[in-house]
Amino acid sequence: MSVVTKPVTMPAPSFEAGTEDNYLTHTTGFLSWALTLDHKRIGLMYLAGVMASFAGGGVLALLIRLHLWNPNIDKTQALFSNQVYNQIFTLHGAIMVFLFIIPSIPAALGNFLLPIMLGTKDVAFPRLNLGSFYLWICGAAFFLFSLFATGLDTGWTFYTPYSIESRGPVVAATMGVFVLGFSSIFTGLNFIVTINTMRPPGMTWFRMPLFLWATYATAIIQVLATPVLGITVLLLAAERVLGIGIFDPKLNGDPVTFQHFFWFYSHPAVYIMILPAMGIISELMSVHSHKGIFGYRMIAYSSVAIALFGFLVWGHHMFTSGMADVTTIVFSALTFTVSIPSAIKVFNWIGTMYQGTVSLNTPMLYALAFIFLFTIGGLTGLFLGALSVDLHLHDTYFVVAHFHYVMMGGTLVAFLGGLFHWWPKMTGKMFNDFAGIVSAAIVFVGFNLTFLPQFVLGTRGMPRRYASYVEEFQDLHRLSTIGAMMLGAGLLVAGLTLLHSLFYGKKAPMNPWGGATLEWECQTPPPHDNFSTPPTVGDPYDFSNIEYDPKTGGYFKKK
Amino acid sequence: MTTTVAHDTSANHQVEGHEHPSWLAHHFDDEQQQFDAGKMGMWLFLVTEVLFFSGMFCAYALYRNRNPEVFEFCSRFLNEKLGAINTGVLLFSSLTMAWAVRSSQLRETKTLIGMLGATLGCAAIFLGVKAVEYSHKWGLGLFPGKFFQSQLEHPVHTDNNYLWNLSIVPMILLVCFALYYAYGVIIASKFHQRVAGPLVIAALCFFGGVGLGTFLESEEHEEGSPVTHNATGEHAAHADHDHEHDHAQEHAVAESVKPAINFVAVDSTGMHDDVAVTPAELVTPVSAVNQKGMAGLFFSIYYCMTGVHAVHILGGMAVLTWLIVKAARFEFHSKYFGPVDNVGLYWHLVDFIWIFLFPLLYLIT
Repeated sequence: MSVVTKPVTMPAPSFEAGTEDNYLTHTTGFLSWALTLDHKRIGLMYLAGVMASFAGGGVLALLIRLHLWNPNIDKTQALFSNQVYNQIFTLHGAIMVFLFIIPSIPAALGNFLLPIMLGTKDVAFPRLNLGSFYLWICGAAFFLFSLFATGLDTGWTFYTPYSIESRGPVVAATMGVFVLGFSSIFTGLNFIVTINTMRPPGMTWFRMPLFLWATYATAIIQVLATPVLGITVLLLAAERVLGIGIFDPKLNGDPVTFQHFFWFYSHPAVYIMILPAMGIISELMSVHSHKGIFGYRMIAYSSVAIALFGFLVWGHHMFTSGMADVTTIVFSALTFTVSIPSAIKVFNWIGTMYQGTVSLNTPMLYALAFIFLFTIGGLTGLFLGALSVDLHLHDTYFVVAHFHYVMMGGTLVAFLGGLFHWWPKMTGKMFNDFAGIVSAAIVFVGFNLTFLPQFVLGTRGMPRRYASYVEEFQDLHRLSTIGAMMLGAGLLVAGLTLLHSLFYGKKAPMNPWGGATLEWECQTPPPHDNFSTPPTVGDPYDFSNIEYDPKTGGYFKKK
Repeated sequence: MTTTVAHDTSANHQVEGHEHPSWLAHHFDDEQQQFDAGKMGMWLFLVTEVLFFSGMFCAYALYRNRNPEVFEFCSRFLNEKLGAINTGVLLFSSLTMAWAVRSSQLRETKTLIGMLGATLGCAAIFLGVKAVEYSHKWGLGLFPGKFFQSQLEHPVHTDNNYLWNLSIVPMILLVCFALYYAYGVIIASKFHQRVAGPLVIAALCFFGGVGLGTFLESEEHEEGSPVTHNATGEHAAHADHDHEHDHAQEHAVAESVKPAINFVAVDSTGMHDDVAVTPAELVTPVSAVNQKGMAGLFFSIYYCMTGVHAVHILGGMAVLTWLIVKAARFEFHSKYFGPVDNVGLYWHLVDFIWIFLFPLLYLIT
């Protein structure tokens, strides 16, 4: 506590390449990475893994859009056969959900940041952490198998009874999901225990950075919901191997039960995907507005509220599956409650910017794009939560557009914002801000061009997952395809900007944005043990004594 | 998490200055933090385990609510005696496990290894009895779902060597452990003997369980099992099985018939009523229950629940073995007994789940 770190003013010479021991140079060799227990290295390995998955899933998405360039009424003209099309969208969904979005922020950024933000040396169970990374690899291998075994065509939801009869490698894919589920559970468990038992003296619950609150809420869902998915896919695998009949109508089983089980996990999983993104936005909004967060407690509570409400609304995926009328009404009403904590967050983020000194740099532009896109995604969710409207919109492109606005416009954009924000800390290199801004602009325009037309398509009755469509829809589909190509280009620019920085980027200062959370008081890149002396815990959103130092191009904390 | 670690300075002699002792991971400040973190992690893991099983309990509730008569009918084919014995065995193993935790805190390594070994042995007895139960059912064609063979009315106990097959792996393990023990004796290593001894006994316990189960199962047969009760009636529907019968067996079965269960009680709304006497016109014939989608579904649920539970027993046995190795190295003391404590928690949960499975599956009637 007493140690007065003379921060950023001095460090310029000591940051010469290779002179300082950091977690990247601490040990070398393949095994030093493969067997590392360091949360930072595990986070980086996750990052590489999820980015590779994202690239794979993204290419599949572009193939889907290319296929839909033409109506494909004439099958001979179509890019892919219907069968292949089914496989492509199934793998796109499964890869994006299970391999990319769910682990993206918690496992990659969360692993890197959580212990540093807490000022600890590591997560509570470093071996378990490495174990969950290998479980992720193992699950990804199952998915790769089903990619090359070709034929998984059930959609990522594996609905019965089709998934019982499909000739695709359903068992391999479900085992992949099972293993990935345990990877996710162990990550969540690790984070909860770390936050509960390893906070430094002085860091009370309400002095935690909001990213940690969001990660904590996410971890609760991971721990409580994922086991149910585990048993569901296990029963589905048993259904296929042993013919147990629980989900098979031919054996007196009930396929709707599968949907209940599946969505009991998969709806909360939506919040596994979006909550950490919200945590990132809370950090970004505050730091890049150089102003304390507005409504700290409400944001913290709303994260937990979303996590809890998220467990009560799964039925809204099944309004047309044949539930009792009363049940559908109750689920519909509960669904609307989720909008309250979500709206609280958006309101507070905007309140944070008000009268702040907003820096329009790359992370902030992504954060602003998030607010715009997430708001559209959230508001269109109200259409789908309302029973009367949902009956018409169910399984149309409206649904596709809605969840892409939330998942991609929300989570992916926030993930990119967070990646740009913490990239200097992770790699020690500054990226080219102009290129980053260009990427954010292209992604934003491309995204809207892709998915806004899909809302219109959906309201006009274009069903999702169809490989062909009537001529009237062609213009909108082509707009969407053009947008998708643009989006792909934007993401490519973003990726290249980051890659470029690795080789040609300037040395990053300790605190390039002026953040007040603990990771910015840590050396860049962090040393193996994060902090040689325990850092002083203060208000994570107090910017009053943070000042810019033109010599280093970064900020420092005045004493 | 509220448990405080007892302070025992004698255990602390490795500590020098600010250096971390070998049993304290580098990222923890002290043993209390390490213990709390481990314990909280285990409790969270147990929460996920409960939720994992909850899916199957939901399936059980759903199908029992829909076809109560099927559950009542099929439950007769589960041997209550064996279930009860297994319940007792697991309860006793929870006692030995709790005792092991105590011994690890007190550094009574001999008792600790003994208690861990006893727990392991109980687990093996449980699995031995389970193997008898499973193989007996498989012999009767009582498979899950679509593999279910409708033989409830004309039981043909095919002499497949299911029990023998299930015993192969334990037998191999027994031989391996015995050789390991012999190796320990030859090189005169106390450590190897301490580890191998409990393992040999546990492997023997499996066969003890098999013997006990076989004895009780055959006793049940002599009394006239519920299976043989059904031997009369409903011949027409299952003529295809008849050629498998030899008449002598059928005769013998008919001799032992007590009140036959050819009809299953169910009231007109489909809701079961345990108390009221069911009028004759409201009963469902056995043939309606005795189908892949009815009795077959019950056995699906039975195998899923008990099978996943058995997998947890196996997992527990693996970690118990790990504990025995650690205990044989004298690793546990008053400041480091978290692993024993946490495995204990896990073991109690496995026991606890069985306590629900037993009445729900075996004691319906």
